[in-house]
Amino acid sequence: MPVNTTDVVVTGLGATTPLGADVASTWDALLAGRSGVTRITDSWVDPFPAKLVARLAQEPSEKIDRVRSRRLDRSQQVAVVAAEEAWTDSGAGDAGYDALRIAVVIGTGIGGAMTLLDQDDILEEKGPKRVSPFTIPMLMPNGPAAAVGLAIGARGGVHAPVSACASGAEAIRWGLDMLRLDRADVVLVGGAEACVHPLPMAGFASMRAMSTRNDDPEHASRPFDAGRDGFVLAEGAACLVLERADAAKARGAKVYGTVAGAGATSDGYDLVAPHPEGEGAQRAIGAALRDAGLSASDIGHVNAHATSTPVGDVAEAAAILGAIGDHAAVTATKSQTGHLLGAAGALESVFCLLALRDQVVPGTANIEQLDDAAAVQALDIVRGEPRKATFSAAVNDSFGFGGHNIALVFTA
Amino acid sequence: MSSTAEIQTGLAEILEEVAGVAPADATPEKSFTEDLDVDSLSMVEIATAVEDKFGVAIPDDELGGIKTVGDAISFIEKNNG
Repeated sequence: MPVNTTDVVVTGLGATTPLGADVASTWDALLAGRSGVTRITDSWVDPFPAKLVARLAQEPSEKIDRVRSRRLDRSQQVAVVAAEEAWTDSGAGDAGYDALRIAVVIGTGIGGAMTLLDQDDILEEKGPKRVSPFTIPMLMPNGPAAAVGLAIGARGGVHAPVSACASGAEAIRWGLDMLRLDRADVVLVGGAEACVHPLPMAGFASMRAMSTRNDDPEHASRPFDAGRDGFVLAEGAACLVLERADAAKARGAKVYGTVAGAGATSDGYDLVAPHPEGEGAQRAIGAALRDAGLSASDIGHVNAHATSTPVGDVAEAAAILGAIGDHAAVTATKSQTGHLLGAAGALESVFCLLALRDQVVPGTANIEQLDDAAAVQALDIVRGEPRKATFSAAVNDSFGFGGHNIALVFTA
Repeated sequence: MSSTAEIQTGLAEILEEVAGVAPADATPEKSFTEDLDVDSLSMVEIATAVEDKFGVAIPDDELGGIKTVGDAISFIEKNNG
């Protein structure tokens, strides 16, 4: 029995990613097998061991005017771009919802690091009086959520879960809870990240977490491949509009699918290393299935977190195998998008919904030789071309430094 | 020492850069908050830009008293040169 029988549906999608300026172009590029990864050409990258990045396909300034942009950190800009697409797509803004019942939950992993670092340069060079009065509202980790709340006039609560690379997925879970608990009538949820800057790059590189396949950018992110050597940092945002199914139906809204369940656990194992058997991740998937009232055999597709790190992908494979089994078609879309950190879980949830709609599983790029770990070998990982499939439920899992595990179940 | 017209033109340039105010709208009777939609943090940015352009520092306790474009022009005239 599901714990809560209130159906929560997705009525709007938005994204700005390395693959495209919106959801449609991103999805098309994903299915076409295109890569968003390039080599950084700025001179600052010369001493860096990892020189790859997946930058936005379209600058936010193409959609946000100059004056508005200058008081928003890039992480806020991408959040606003994705949120406005999702909000417009849903039609919820014209549906007569009371602003007091409209809420926003947007997570970020790093937040306004670019503002923090840029303003620190100004502090060092020109002194404290030259630091922008917008510094704090631009660097605060609730900044993307706050900017989106302002953009859509949400007065029913604005929240910002921060759980590293699980943040975007955690935001979806939070929105689901708010609707089930009747704390809002419509919740715009998602994740945003934009921290392509020397310091985060250096920090991740020092952890030996990033790919150094610098001469072969498009093939650098290779989840589940034996030759993977780390993730590729990406920027972007993705948003979803959630409503209760009865309300969405009453107003004749287009429905992409149902957020059927969510599970959240923590590893209690290590600050950054995943549990080797993905114990916490497996519990999160199991909890999400129970929450959805589904069994493992109902799940036809998994969009894996799979970042292309040597340790993480194998632990996740064990978790998927343990919680779901070997029958589901697994994909790792970070092979093309790179790793959007706090936006990843939201973007990959968008992919799950589109996969359900189109009955297609995107392929995982760059697997030349599958890792020989038994769990990886056992999974049905879709390699190369997308695969047509018939399925009614999909899982997205996301994990973050700190031992955060979030799993979400979507149904058609 | 700048003329009143030069100060108005310079201030209009700052308002356009910081707050997106069209130069033609930056006339003396306009209230920053009521008419030009300039918020409190943008006023701080404008004060910094005024200091750069005209060499006139606007102390925090004076900034609150500057309500209109005309108030700003008068303050700059009185304190520069």
